[in-house]
Amino acid sequence: MSNKGRIIRVAGPVVGAVGLSFPRLYDVVRVGHLGLIGEVIRLAGDRTTIQVYEETAGLRLGEPVISTGQPLVVQLGPGLLGQIYDGLQRPLTRLSEISGQFIERGVDAFPLATDVPWPFAPRVQVGDAVGPGDVLGVVPETPVIEHRVMVPVGVRGRVSAIADGPLTVRDVAAVIDVGCGQLREIRLVQTWPVRQPRPVQAKLDADEPLITGTRVIDAFFPVAKGGAAIIPGGFGTGKTVVEQSLARWSDVDVVIYVGCGERGNEIADVLEEFPRSIDPYTGEPLMNRTVLIANTSNMPVAAREASIYTGITIAEYYRDMGYDVLLLADSTSRWGEALREISGRLEEIPGEEGYPAYLAARLSEFYERAGRVRCLGTGRDASGGNPVPRIGSLTLVGAVSPPGGDFSEPITQGSMRVAGAFWALSYDLSRRRHFPAISWTQSYSLYPLKRWYSRHVARDWSDLVGEAIALLQRADELEEIVQLVGPEALSDNEHLLLMIAQMIREGFLHQSAFEGEDRYCPLEKTYWMLKAFITFYHRGRRMLDAGQGLDAVRALPARAALARLKEEPAENAATSIKALVDQLVEGDA
Amino acid sequence: MAESRPSLVLKEYRTLSEIRGPLIFLNRAAGIAYQEVVRITDPDGVMRLGRVLEVSGNHGVIQVFIGTAGLDLKRTRVRFMGDVARLDVSPAMLGRVLDGAGQPLDGGPPIVPAASLDINGSPINPAVRAHPSEFIQTGISAIDGLNTLTRGQKLPIFTLSGLPANELAAQIAAQARVSGPSGQAETEPFAVVFAAIGITHREVTFFTEAFQASGTAERTVVFINRADDPSIMRLYTARAALTTAEYLAFVHDQHVLVIMTDMTNYCEALREVAAAREEVPGRRGYPGYLYSDLASLYERAGRIRGRRGSITQLVILTMPDDDITHPIPDLTGYITEGQIVLSRDLHRKGVYPPIDVLPSLSRQMKAGIGEGKTRADHAPVAAELYALYARGRDLRRLIAIIGEAALSDEDRLILDFADRFEREFVGQGQTNRTIDETLDLAWELMAMLPRDLLTRIPERMLQQRVWAEPDDTERAR
Ligand SMILES: Nc1ncnc2c1ncn2[C@@H]1O[C@H](COP(=O)(O)OP(=O)(O)OP(=O)(O)O)[C@@H](O)[C@H]1O
Ligand SMILES: [Mg+2]
Repeated sequence: MSNKGRIIRVAGPVVGAVGLSFPRLYDVVRVGHLGLIGEVIRLAGDRTTIQVYEETAGLRLGEPVISTGQPLVVQLGPGLLGQIYDGLQRPLTRLSEISGQFIERGVDAFPLATDVPWPFAPRVQVGDAVGPGDVLGVVPETPVIEHRVMVPVGVRGRVSAIADGPLTVRDVAAVIDVGCGQLREIRLVQTWPVRQPRPVQAKLDADEPLITGTRVIDAFFPVAKGGAAIIPGGFGTGKTVVEQSLARWSDVDVVIYVGCGERGNEIADVLEEFPRSIDPYTGEPLMNRTVLIANTSNMPVAAREASIYTGITIAEYYRDMGYDVLLLADSTSRWGEALREISGRLEEIPGEEGYPAYLAARLSEFYERAGRVRCLGTGRDASGGNPVPRIGSLTLVGAVSPPGGDFSEPITQGSMRVAGAFWALSYDLSRRRHFPAISWTQSYSLYPLKRWYSRHVARDWSDLVGEAIALLQRADELEEIVQLVGPEALSDNEHLLLMIAQMIREGFLHQSAFEGEDRYCPLEKTYWMLKAFITFYHRGRRMLDAGQGLDAVRALPARAALARLKEEPAENAATSIKALVDQLVEGDA
Repeated sequence: MAESRPSLVLKEYRTLSEIRGPLIFLNRAAGIAYQEVVRITDPDGVMRLGRVLEVSGNHGVIQVFIGTAGLDLKRTRVRFMGDVARLDVSPAMLGRVLDGAGQPLDGGPPIVPAASLDINGSPINPAVRAHPSEFIQTGISAIDGLNTLTRGQKLPIFTLSGLPANELAAQIAAQARVSGPSGQAETEPFAVVFAAIGITHREVTFFTEAFQASGTAERTVVFINRADDPSIMRLYTARAALTTAEYLAFVHDQHVLVIMTDMTNYCEALREVAAAREEVPGRRGYPGYLYSDLASLYERAGRIRGRRGSITQLVILTMPDDDITHPIPDLTGYITEGQIVLSRDLHRKGVYPPIDVLPSLSRQMKAGIGEGKTRADHAPVAAELYALYARGRDLRRLIAIIGEAALSDEDRLILDFADRFEREFVGQGQTNRTIDETLDLAWELMAMLPRDLLTRIPERMLQQRVWAEPDDTERAR
């Protein structure tokens, strides 16, 4: 018996080997003299097919292939936050210290710093009964995130030893007597196979919105915490900018940003910006809550496929600690294309547009890993006393890059079926530099969040939103009529509606991701802005009814004020906009 | 890169089983490597180069760079060279004209190699990239003002057959400068690496003469693969150019501007190889890995932290069927940091450069402009110009249907603005404008409109401008 085989075929990232005994599907193998990392993706007779995560140029027939007998895993422990990894969780900063500014092959490094002492504070005592997910102790991973060291899945017993004080990730934090005289050592670092979802106690309803600070999302098409949203759009329509705004401003604890088959310069942008940008919720640098996974478009295609799974497994791990986690994937299309490319090299029968038949299944498996959950295990309150249930959530937001911007293609369609929020980017809006170019006619959200908004923001929230969306849609219809027969065909009321729609588009929906005050809009300001526009509309209707004519409405001083509401500083937005609304109601603005 | 080089004597094979398109298939070729370079000796004893595209069992698929004409199954010999394709590079390449393999075409001596580099390069570690943020002044208002280029960016020009994309590229190569914070152009110009990929003799002549005329020639390396040269060499010409650029930028600290034209020819060569291998075709017959392949070229632009040099890419591609959703422009747009789109309509109106700013975009713009880089008013002015011009274009469509009578006074003003914007701002002809001149012209055009139409410009900036006299004190600042 040997775990060593030899190469009999090389075609791009796909390598065929014979001679491995008992290879298992998804085992990690080392390929060739350079020991390139690969994964078994097909078994047939004596023949093992491997997808290789590094460039295969120079591999020779007959070179060895060695099985590790292990699936592809990630290392989970303190020190993940603030890091940048490739699709296989290789630490890119560390790699650059080893092999320079270009990524060389066969280089590897442990994903976590092994020499950092983490001040471990125990949360259990010797003799306590513990089970999977129970928190053994905590370390302050960053000023904002307490890293909870949990009992691994499958381990149950009594604590027979527990550390207290500084530990490195490889040190033993606790020893658990699992019965029959068997002891299990638990370290700060644990592993988990990336292709396997981490278990939870129960999935809960997702009934609380993810607040993003982007008005069109928060007001019109919110995604629930634990839900999934997709952002399809042609090139340059603003997917990456939306994803990066979400990474900055969303009210979550941890953000995992997966740059999957996209630009190196975008990663550089995040890496330069996030350490010096401040999280509005905690006042700490954003990098302290962020993990970056970067497998850019020029890095090997198979690792692009793995990067999505590496990212989501890390996200689930923080969810299991009881945090709200947001995973951003830019772009899921590149992942799908990686599947297609590998499938093509395997000479599988292609499905729609050359994608493999299992594409839709892979997409739904992925989006199903989102959710608001009751985590395994119980937490203890700060005194270490009473057990409390731990709730965590994992929200997924995937960019989709449809060829030619045409949404009828398989990845958009497959993702639409499983994601509850759909933020369609419009080529037409982006050409006009109306950003975010989220179409108000094509987008939707299926999450039942009305109750939350009416309870936490304002009772008339959904009425305002409903009226605004209806108004915008009606305006689009009217504009088509104008295109056909000219503006004379419209009544004054219709002209008013067109005018208001234009004001809402410019003054409310348009939101630059780059300019100071308006980059982030708190929910309260969003509400008052919307209320102001709708109140203005009602005022205009009353004036027309009273026979005052459109020009009188146009001349209202409030009109100019509305156009500049965005610039209103967030702190006093509520008071100042409310004053404007009151004036509009009373008829003296 | 550490390739394992077998020390055994290079063995020669005469086991060709098939010749198909640009490919030869070889039997009983144990121990060959994927992507290895081969030497093929034809029945007349003449040597040509090729590369292994696939190895399987004991046979190999080999791509022959200059084509398979004249090869046979019996007498053709193949020798494996034990290494991947490399290019000999040296700083002395500046001023030279070479073919895709790096052989001189200018009658000069061969390049004495200072290094021999894998033409595929290696990916830049994203963790060490520096975000491109230094403003490049091209002298062209539609670019500098509205689609600003930065050092280390990759920006394609999407053109249509018959439009002056080459003129524009040559003009940029001659004029491009990096401006310092004071708005003064840095004296150090770009080194230019120019790759002619499958273009006509006439176009090659145009570029070489333009480089001579503008004094760019001695800081330029020219790689030429003409339309009538073997198409497979197009795949190598692009890589040779980028390998040279990386060498000049990251070994010799130069700021390099790479111009590649025409990427459509490159993609067609790629499709030809895919078809010969009978691969499952993707959209419009192009291979499914076209995105990854193009990315392996375009992503070789950039800056690296702690290194002085940089690679900026300007690639030209002709949109087949005038269609921007065709896979070549589409996938390019998904990889590059924006695009400059040329318009036949503007060209017909006599506007040069005929840049349609609405579908054009530079994603690095925000990082490269503003206070200390260009001017504080740059971003809002650009946003305003866009919004106004977009409205003007809508109105033009509208009057085409319903006539001018229905227009309001405001509409008429905006229409006039759009006309002047095209004629004066975009249609600058051969002039070379500083960024100040570009932005001042923008204010001058906006001054024809009532103030409250300019909603994208913050109130305080409007107040700063003396409204009646647009080109005022801003420059004195
Ligand atoms: N919210 C916004 N505010 C201001 N500008 C924006 C906004 N969204 C997008 N843009 C502009 O649009 C450009 C393109 O956006 P982005 O890079 O996000 O596109 P994309 O959809 O990710 O494209 P690709 O698929 O090619 O990656 C940005 O560089 C920026 O200029
Ligand atoms: Mg993007």
